[in-house]
Amino acid sequence: MAKLNMVKALNLALLQEMERDPDVLVIGEDVGVDGGVFRVTEDLHRRFGNNRVMDSPLAEAGIIGASVGMALYGLKPICEIQFSGFAFQCFHQIENHTARYRQRSQGRFHCQMVMRMPYGGGVRALEHHSESEEQFYAHIPGLKMVIPSGPRNARALLVSAIRDPDPVVFFEAKALYHAAKEDVPDEPEALPIGQAHVDREGKDLTVVTYGAMLRVCREAAELLHDEDGVEAELIDLLTISPLDRQTVVASVKKTGRAVIVHEAPRSFGPGAEIAASIMEGAFLSLEAPIRRVTAYDVPFVGFAREKATVPDAGRVVAAARETLAF
Amino acid sequence: MPRTRLEPQFAIEYLSILDSDGNLDSALEPELSGDDLKRLYRAMVLGRRLDERMLRLQRQGRIGTFAPIKGQEASQIGSVFALRTTDWMVPSFRETAAMLWRGWPIEKMLLFFAGYLEGGQPGPEQRDLPITIPVATQLPHAVGLAYAAQYKGRDEVVMVYCGDGATSEGDFHEALNFAGVWHVPVVFLIQNNQWAISVPLKKQTHSRTIAQKALAYGFPGIQVDGNDVLAVYCASLEAVNRARGGDGPTLIECVTYRLGVHTTADDPTKYRSDEEVKAWERKDPLTRLSAYLEKRNLLEQGLEEQVDAEIARAVKAFEETAAANPLGMFDHAYAELPPHLRDQRAELEERLRQAAPRRADEEQPTPPPASPPMRGQRRTSRWQN
Repeated sequence: MAKLNMVKALNLALLQEMERDPDVLVIGEDVGVDGGVFRVTEDLHRRFGNNRVMDSPLAEAGIIGASVGMALYGLKPICEIQFSGFAFQCFHQIENHTARYRQRSQGRFHCQMVMRMPYGGGVRALEHHSESEEQFYAHIPGLKMVIPSGPRNARALLVSAIRDPDPVVFFEAKALYHAAKEDVPDEPEALPIGQAHVDREGKDLTVVTYGAMLRVCREAAELLHDEDGVEAELIDLLTISPLDRQTVVASVKKTGRAVIVHEAPRSFGPGAEIAASIMEGAFLSLEAPIRRVTAYDVPFVGFAREKATVPDAGRVVAAARETLAF
Repeated sequence: MPRTRLEPQFAIEYLSILDSDGNLDSALEPELSGDDLKRLYRAMVLGRRLDERMLRLQRQGRIGTFAPIKGQEASQIGSVFALRTTDWMVPSFRETAAMLWRGWPIEKMLLFFAGYLEGGQPGPEQRDLPITIPVATQLPHAVGLAYAAQYKGRDEVVMVYCGDGATSEGDFHEALNFAGVWHVPVVFLIQNNQWAISVPLKKQTHSRTIAQKALAYGFPGIQVDGNDVLAVYCASLEAVNRARGGDGPTLIECVTYRLGVHTTADDPTKYRSDEEVKAWERKDPLTRLSAYLEKRNLLEQGLEEQVDAEIARAVKAFEETAAANPLGMFDHAYAELPPHLRDQRAELEERLRQAAPRRADEEQPTPPPASPPMRGQRRTSRWQN
């Protein structure tokens, strides 16, 4: 057991999986000698060498496309896209091939590969370095979309993603990389993909969130408890797709009220799918309209204005109070 | 601080061995047995005859749109002939003849163009990727396959196909760049057929040749007469041997011509002249090889009939294929169906069950038990209407 931040925890997962399986490779921009711009791949190059930890040319479609070829051969590449905002230059490879190869070849080939991407705001970064684009990947059949919320689950979910026979887009919240340390077991630990975690139990209201917004929602739940005597149940999705509808629906059946919180823009975002799933599964239990607390539907605003659009605890509390008062 | 000439001196070779009339440059003649030559010719004839048959099938509505290969048989067969079965072949969408050579059954090709994804399933031992439609996106896959083969220490070679239009795509350049940097055993086979649908080569690139694009990425490129199967074979064998020997990638530009339509949805009379097509018909890859085989007394009698019979058997087998089971759409979405897809599959299964003709003695389905009405709920449902 060691106290690790998310960067170190992810690094541990990579290290142990590479030790376990010689077919696991790391490929991306600056992932080698430099250890990645966020240091997630630190020291792997020294341990495993050029052939397994590859500094690729600066070309996202080349990284994903070549990784598809490696995966078709039976290798298990872990690709790092330096920022999720740059993944549009490989989006076609992800949609056209990574997600579809199992279907396109009717099971003859598949892409066991992980596409790691730092996402989200909160680090005073420039345009294209702060966006949240999980909805694009969650919408693509054939992919899985995972977003951990802390060091321990990040490590355990990355282990599962590497071992998963289907392609996984793995978002890492930049705001969480150095935010907190947690006890992370030395022995490899895996968490099932597709399973949400009830982070806090409560009876009055369900708050559904994931990634960097978990700590915002924890703060809001604490405020609601202290100031209103309200017991919010907090669900950390961990996997966006396939969505754990069962856990969400069961919670809302109990509480009758739901607030969904994400950093991505609102319209057609994950909140819409989560809300529809609640309507389908817990309509008769609902006591109030489902609320969404999200970024506004504007292109990235620049970090000088970021706080005005990325949800904070105050906005979550306000939405919860409106829902409770309905 | 002088202004000096840098070391690289670039030159591009052009290779032609068999001219339009079947005359051979014997100094360049590859080592091929009479049997090899007969096999090459047969494969080209099969490609041509199947193409013609598929056009009729498409016009009759028995298959959907496809991309005919007429005129490009030598580029395809000459190149693929240089591969071993343990090598990898990565097609785009106009490689029917090469794919047949690699062991794709004709009925599978027909299935693919009839809208069955089953047509894209390579055999269990086949080292071939399925047809790839988004232009140039297969090129980085070939580089990854080649890297993986090298990583595993196997002496396999990857040959990947694309057209002249694909050389404008970003994926083409990224793939060439990765291949050069990684020095992997891959051969880029460009079928420059002069037209990307309606756009001629001169609007696609300002380069004198496509072959020279390889030089910018640090590996050799060669231009060959793509209608000369012997030249294509020679260049391909050289490239394959270079790759297998650990000397990295090669780009081969086959200068050829699409004698037919881009796809069956295309009308080329809108953008190119009859004279141009006729000029290229005189360079037909089949006529020049048959002229050469005739001189060597290697032309088989009744070859067309034999090939047509093979095609007819395949068409029959294709037409006897059972209708696609709609539930098959869920089989290969994921390794294991996630819960929401299990629900969606069950929904489709139920729809299919309800749509199936019922026997007279079969019981009608009982309506589901009424649930207690909720606030404001309509008390009618389609079961009561």
